[in-house]
Amino acid sequence: MHLSLYVWRQQNATARGKMVRYDADDINSDMSFLEMLDVVNWKLIDKGEEPIAFDHDCREGICGSCGMMINGIAHGPRRATAACQLHMRHFKDGDIIHVEPWRSRAFPVIKDLVVDRSAFDRIVGSGGYISVSTGSAPEANSIPVAKNDSDLAMDAAACIGCGACVAACPNGSASLFTAAKISHLTLLPQGQPERGQRVMKMVAAMDREHFGNCTMHRECEAVCPKSISVNFIARMNREYLRALLK
Amino acid sequence: MELNPKVPSGPIEQKWNHHCFEMKLVNPSNKRKHTIIMVGSGLAGASAAASLAELGYNVLCFCYHDSPRRAHSIAAQGGINAAKNYRNDGDSIYRLFYDTVKGGDFRSREANVYRLAQLSVNIIDQCVAQGVPFAREYSGLLDNRSFGGAQVSRTFYARGQTGQQLLLGAYQALERQIDSGSVKMYPRTEMLDLVIIEGKARGIVARNLVSGRIESYAGDAVVLATGGYGNVFYLSTNAKNSNATAIWRAYKRGAAFANPCFTQIHPTCIPVSGHYQSKLTLMSESLRNDGRIWVPKLKGDQRRPNEIPVPERDYYLERRYPSFGNLVPRDVASRAAKEICDNGRGVGEHGLSVYLDFKEAIGRLGADVIREKYGNLFEMYERITDENPYEVPMRIYPAVHYTMGGLWVDYNLMSTITGLFVTGEANFSDHGANRLGASALMQGLADGYFILPYTLSDYLARTKLDQVSTQHPSFQQSEGEIATRVNHFLGIKGKRTVDSIHQELGKLLWDHCGLVRNQQGLRLALSQIPEIRAEFWHNIKVLGSDDEINQALEKAGRVADFLELAELMCLDALEREESCGCHFREECQTPDGEAQRDDERFCNVSAWEYAGEQRPPVLHKEKLAFEYVPPTQRSYK
Amino acid sequence: MIVHSRSRSLARLWDSTVGKKVVMALTGAIGVGYVVAHMLGNLQVFAGPEKINAYAALLKSNPALLWTARTILIVAVILHIIVAYQLARISQRSRPLGYKRWRAVGSDWASRTMRWTGPFVGLFIIYHLLHFTTGTLHPAFNERDVYHNVISGFQVWYVSIIYIVAMLALSLHLYHGAWSMFESLGINHFKYNRLIRILATIVTVVVVVGFISIPIAVLLGFIS
Ligand SMILES: Cc1cc2nc3c(=O)[nH]c(=O)nc-3n(C[C@H](O)[C@H](O)[C@H](O)COP(=O)(O)OP(=O)(O)OC[C@H]3O[C@@H](n4cnc5c(N)ncnc54)[C@H](O)[C@@H]3O)c2cc1C
Ligand code: HEM
Ligand code: HEM
Ligand code: SF4
Ligand code: F3S
Ligand code: FES
Repeated sequence: MHLSLYVWRQQNATARGKMVRYDADDINSDMSFLEMLDVVNWKLIDKGEEPIAFDHDCREGICGSCGMMINGIAHGPRRATAACQLHMRHFKDGDIIHVEPWRSRAFPVIKDLVVDRSAFDRIVGSGGYISVSTGSAPEANSIPVAKNDSDLAMDAAACIGCGACVAACPNGSASLFTAAKISHLTLLPQGQPERGQRVMKMVAAMDREHFGNCTMHRECEAVCPKSISVNFIARMNREYLRALLK
Repeated sequence: MELNPKVPSGPIEQKWNHHCFEMKLVNPSNKRKHTIIMVGSGLAGASAAASLAELGYNVLCFCYHDSPRRAHSIAAQGGINAAKNYRNDGDSIYRLFYDTVKGGDFRSREANVYRLAQLSVNIIDQCVAQGVPFAREYSGLLDNRSFGGAQVSRTFYARGQTGQQLLLGAYQALERQIDSGSVKMYPRTEMLDLVIIEGKARGIVARNLVSGRIESYAGDAVVLATGGYGNVFYLSTNAKNSNATAIWRAYKRGAAFANPCFTQIHPTCIPVSGHYQSKLTLMSESLRNDGRIWVPKLKGDQRRPNEIPVPERDYYLERRYPSFGNLVPRDVASRAAKEICDNGRGVGEHGLSVYLDFKEAIGRLGADVIREKYGNLFEMYERITDENPYEVPMRIYPAVHYTMGGLWVDYNLMSTITGLFVTGEANFSDHGANRLGASALMQGLADGYFILPYTLSDYLARTKLDQVSTQHPSFQQSEGEIATRVNHFLGIKGKRTVDSIHQELGKLLWDHCGLVRNQQGLRLALSQIPEIRAEFWHNIKVLGSDDEINQALEKAGRVADFLELAELMCLDALEREESCGCHFREECQTPDGEAQRDDERFCNVSAWEYAGEQRPPVLHKEKLAFEYVPPTQRSYK
Repeated sequence: MIVHSRSRSLARLWDSTVGKKVVMALTGAIGVGYVVAHMLGNLQVFAGPEKINAYAALLKSNPALLWTARTILIVAVILHIIVAYQLARISQRSRPLGYKRWRAVGSDWASRTMRWTGPFVGLFIIYHLLHFTTGTLHPAFNERDVYHNVISGFQVWYVSIIYIVAMLALSLHLYHGAWSMFESLGINHFKYNRLIRILATIVTVVVVVGFISIPIAVLLGFIS
């Protein structure tokens, strides 16, 4: 099939960018969206134009590297699907596809579709861990964890840190990401001792990085490749209040 | 070059504990003064960086990803082994040790494997304490499942995302240290050279992938935890950016490369669908528990699978291996599939796949039970292929998955370069000629959490290390070389994309140094690789500049290294005139077509030493002795 | 001591976006409580002038109580507006360059218009106070006859339209707000989530229908 792409091209962090039109010919419906971009890039190189830069690695929807706005939707039109897992069979011959990078003050564009998401690392660094230095762990089965809690913690821990939640949120909020990490750790007995300070520190870090606030639009949940639930955001708010009132 | 494995003396059960006691310690107040350069922040790297920083060392940690959390380790699905014996099914450290040595087809170092089995237990404790949400039972206690190559249930897992959860645990520990200032993290920074001063590894030269700046970093020791090189084949289950550059540059600075030809090929992957294919996707081999593998008996049978009556199907694994059937080990299953397809009986558009059929299991257990067990895998398959495996049999084909080869290390994980340590998949590891499922994660974490912090401290305590600065001529020279190389790539201005050359190399390697190797094919590959390499150096087209993100430029550097490594792999495969584990030499098989080891000649690690441009590498052999697990012939009949 | 630390921690709500959102939810909840009560009170117009005038007189009979309630309301509205403004600014700044193309896949109209319906309701309240409480904008205001004020007020058709439109804006604000305030306060459990959503919808419908019924009834001549 043949597609028309409009892709955001931006030379580097300081340059101004613009949408540029490309033709994508000979697109096979079994290709993934990123493979489609590969093919477009090969053609561009042939023509002597610089290929489109985009982050990617695992191409299995787990590393969280990939991510772009595809026709105005983070990771494209399929629910619970990262861009690398989106296949071209969900598009039609002749479609026009707009591709833009994540847009957020906290995620500056550094080239084309590549953004800097290190703000997420700093949020985790501010408290998204359990302080257990190597060697100090007790025997694994000495603390039982109710299966429900463990399963729910896993639901939250499934976050791949792709940033789609921020990109899709009309407020540019990182609440879903932050709440997922807080919930994962707080649901486990091992996470209890640091429960209060964790949420206070992580919320502060989130604000420091200039993310917006959550007004419960639920765009994040809808685009999240791991379908992380907004209920975790409520849980984060509860944890915050609890820590404050304690 | 001398290969001294430095295995401590004493009974195998006590070697490590004894060694720990014998090792020297660094005075706590001096630790801050030592800078350790950690390249890689996957499971092996992040765990070590965090642990070393907790001890008080000053750690500089590098990765080419935008965040440590994205390392390839994230993709591991199945699980991690540990000899906890929570099932009471007869597991023990000794049994895990035994299974691993046997699974590796007697090409690993016994003492290392024993230590790995020993430490496996601590890994689970550590990870649980970090908050890794391993699967649990209703009792609240940890669940286990069984995995290929073992008769006990010792695999811990977190849904189908075990690698992700373990990596996040290590990553969180690492971020804690970064936040506290003990670790300085350099993401999007690629190590391009190792710097050796007065015979010791003292630093690296790296390129900042955003600004393009080439920068030097000095330290007291260098650790490479840079993962495997399966991507030399272009198509593999590895993440797209996984590469051999770090270990290859270290090799060229004098680190011996061990068993480069040992590559594991996984039987249950989703087949290639076209030339644009960028990578292959693995599906858990647990599928083989209920799926039956078959192809039509008739060559070129064009009927759809459901139209082919059972008598006209060849359930070739069940036919050839009546006792193990569809559950034969990875290498056996992979080879059988390739043989069938080479015979022209493969299915699918390109004839490069075999059926994995659940019809019988669905009939027997019901679709719901199958959905419960494999729902997410079926969904993944359908997402990629657009075929519904509940109705049409899956199509599978083997794909490159893991490299057992890597830089040679002694018992302390130090390479043949003093002060250069190598951990995780990057070293030649404890898996011999074949790795058992769920043991790579175990090895990476054992190395990072529990071995390196001891052995590296010992090295620092014993070694007199003068202050070095990045102004040292060795750094300057290396920086210059790298800049020249980068400019060279940009200056070739040829016609071909780097990917197209990589694809060509991958195909050649897959055909001749893949599942099945023979002398003729390897010779052919060895004659063709230099041609591809020449084509690469003269005819690639890398656009853009070197002072901003340039992914094609990054790729060019990596493929240049793959083009050299491929040759070493073929050389190694040619030299090893035996079949062992996943190295299958056609000339060396039993009358009924099974791998035939040659313990007389090849009970050794093959460690290759770089001898300079245009000179053949020098082979050194580390003899392997099996005192505890006597070598036997594998049989799955 | 305890009181001291509690009040200090309440002040700390101001330190973060999550805390501010709690302020928003608490002040919003006061608003919700008020409109529900106000609507129920107002429905007494259907019972005739004596009832509602007596009710109005009753409310005003205790100035201390009246002013306490008014103070709470005023403070709540002011806080609500300040926080709304601050958070909206933070969110706006979080995306300096917007998308060329953006499609909603999770949010609804109500959630996306909160920033417009809120101020609109705010303006309405000012108008409304000048209309029914001070009488400044009322052509025939009689301080003692609420019944008369309401009926004669709504007999001017465009005044009724203003009210009806304002009530529709309020309905959007409530539809989202009365649900999301629970999330902001962390009152959330998979067992009750649906219930909270249903409750918020019921409150919205009841409040708005209750309010709107008055101008409509006046316009249609059911009460005069
Ligand atoms: C699909 C799949 C499934 C798997 N499932 C399992 C499983 O179920 N159980 C199991 O035990 N094993 C499994 N494995 C194997 C296992 O995942 C890997 O062997 C293991 O994760 C390797 O970890 P590592 O830390 O050594 O390397 P990696 O995780 O690959 O990390 C390498 C790190 O080095 C960095 N790096 C590399 N080169 C450079 C450079 N030049 N400069 C700077 N940084 C560099 C990278 O950025 C990265 O941080 C699986 C593998 C695959 C492909
Ligand atoms: C006076 C002018 C008002 C302004 C400027 C205003 C503005 C806002 C804004 C911007 C929000 C946040 C948007 C969101 O959470 O999605 C909000 C939330 C809310 N508002 Fe208002 N509003 C006003 C009046 C009212 C009134 C009169 C009520 C009650 C009837 C009310 C009840 C609420 C509630 C319950 C919330 C939800 C709080 C939360 O989610 O935590 N608001 N308002
Ligand atoms: C059709 C709808 C409404 C009618 C008929 C109505 C009627 C009235 C009347 C008659 C008064 C004066 C009472 C008195 O002075 O004795 C009043 C006061 C008031 N109303 Fe309304 N109202 C309506 C909707 C609203 C709404 C939607 C809000 C808020 C969002 C609101 C907020 C107020 C406030 C704050 C006062 C002042 C209370 C005080 O004196 O302390 N009203 N209303
Ligand atoms: S919460 Fe979902 S969308 Fe946000 S970073 Fe995690 S996986 Fe991506
Ligand atoms: S889209 Fe944004 S407003 Fe909240 S619910 Fe999600 S973070
Ligand atoms: S490339 Fe890893 S999630 Fe898409």
